[in-house]
Amino acid sequence: MINKTLAELASGLDSGEFSSVELTQAYLDRIQAEDSKYNAFITVTATEALAQAKAADARRSAGKAGPLTGIPLAHKDIFCTAGVKTSCGSKMLDNFIAPYDATVTHNLAEAGMVSLGKTNLDEFAMGSSTESSYYGPSHNPWDLTRVPGGSSGGSAVAVAARLAPAATGTDTGGSIRQPASFCGITGIKPTYGRVSRWGMIAYGSSLDQGGPMTQTALDAAMMLNAMAGFDAKDSTSVNKEVPDYTLRLNEPLKGLRIGLPKEYFGAGLNPDIAACIQSAVKQFESMGATVKEISLPRTDLAIPAYYIIAPAEASTNLSRYDGVRYGHRCDSPVDLFDLYTRSRGEGFGDEVKRRIMIGTYALSAGYYDAYYRKAQQLRRLIKNDFEAALQEVDVIMGPTTPAPAWVVGEKAKDPVSVYLEDIYTISANLAGLPGMSIPCGFVDGMPVGLQVIGNYFDESLLLNIGHQFQQSTDWHTKSAV
Amino acid sequence: MSLERSEVEGIAQLARLKIEAADIDSYATGLNNILNLVDQMQAVDTTGVEPLANPLDAVQRLRVDEVTEANQRELFQTLAPQAEAGLYLVPKVIE
Repeated sequence: MINKTLAELASGLDSGEFSSVELTQAYLDRIQAEDSKYNAFITVTATEALAQAKAADARRSAGKAGPLTGIPLAHKDIFCTAGVKTSCGSKMLDNFIAPYDATVTHNLAEAGMVSLGKTNLDEFAMGSSTESSYYGPSHNPWDLTRVPGGSSGGSAVAVAARLAPAATGTDTGGSIRQPASFCGITGIKPTYGRVSRWGMIAYGSSLDQGGPMTQTALDAAMMLNAMAGFDAKDSTSVNKEVPDYTLRLNEPLKGLRIGLPKEYFGAGLNPDIAACIQSAVKQFESMGATVKEISLPRTDLAIPAYYIIAPAEASTNLSRYDGVRYGHRCDSPVDLFDLYTRSRGEGFGDEVKRRIMIGTYALSAGYYDAYYRKAQQLRRLIKNDFEAALQEVDVIMGPTTPAPAWVVGEKAKDPVSVYLEDIYTISANLAGLPGMSIPCGFVDGMPVGLQVIGNYFDESLLLNIGHQFQQSTDWHTKSAV
Repeated sequence: MSLERSEVEGIAQLARLKIEAADIDSYATGLNNILNLVDQMQAVDTTGVEPLANPLDAVQRLRVDEVTEANQRELFQTLAPQAEAGLYLVPKVIE
């Protein structure tokens, strides 16, 4: 049962092979037995899950079940869940019980999905490995000594270790795609504005986007159907009709125009990963796609621009944690300044403090033009490069990451070296484009992801490509457990 | 460019972050490493390029100025480190 996809679980529930309560209990048992070695979950909500499962079974008996009703999932602990601790991986929010549901968790609950609990992440989603979590790192199920990627690392581990059949993630610079790649699962970051950010704890508000993390593209399509849509409560939500993402999955790929950016295949790329990507591209050619080399000339500038824009937005967003209304408060503050600075100094970890300080500096008087304005200008040029490329091709393909998952602690002394690992994913966030990672091979026993970047609101095409690839390959069926 | 100790202390104060004196140097190194990385930006001529704040170039959506949410003060104050009589308590600000 635990290796089944959402689509398979849905048909098992439909045929009465098992109930939602049985299914939910099976995953809860697995989490209890196995998660001590993975540390995928920060909070497991067994009682609530079983109550939701019971309600889902009743809904099914009443003939009112939808395609996802009764299927369990895990939520990244960045989404507010009413009455349940929502920590964002931080000591700052270790005592925070969200008073409301995020739109994403609300929508998935309305669809009848059962929440098993909340998954581990880098503190406030700032990281690519879960190593900055207050709750310690999660471990990659393919090799427990290695990181699962991040920031949505706990969600990726939960799916890859079959502790949950699907999970939510968020992606600010690669935080869905990179852990999906490291753990051998499917993950899609939708177009900016496609999925509501309301109740999703903010890191870089102009970059953050939630999305599904699943075993297959079909599952991602089913979940995105329930996640996407306009939300008046998110001022950056886009009021545009949501297609049924499962409808185009079976369209043939004949005539698909694929662009391979030469900058994504340069010296920094592990040659064995390059070989996996080339062989995936050949597979698409055999399915009737055409391939051409393209150029995204400002690829190298994406990381510098990101490490101004994201910290600047973070320094503003995280100013709300002041020790007054909720969250960590220091003992015996002598005055208001002491209350603010010690509460924040104690509540935030090193990486979060570094990024807040960089952002504060970049936005401070005298430095704004040199850093923040400059980064936003580069962001425009990076977006223009993508728009030009997407005139010539339908999608852009390349590696999700330059190297496979690293060993826990290996890069701890050099955070900037970790930033560089996001070279292929960050620019899609800067441009606001949708991007997907699907499994396409292994290097030294560790999974490799193929990244597919598409045009604005063209998630259907990405999922179609993912599904067609998964119909003709079996990388996505490989299980770590 | 490179940040000095005193500048790091100034930034920490602006950001309302208490950094222990013993940790200032390691923060200075960490911040300087990031600034070295982002300094590549300065080599690009961006004259006349309009800054991009929202990837879709969207502007803030407006709504009618009317009350849409109920007051949930009691619920929200259950989360407060210190609240009393409907108020959030902080150290005395005015002598």
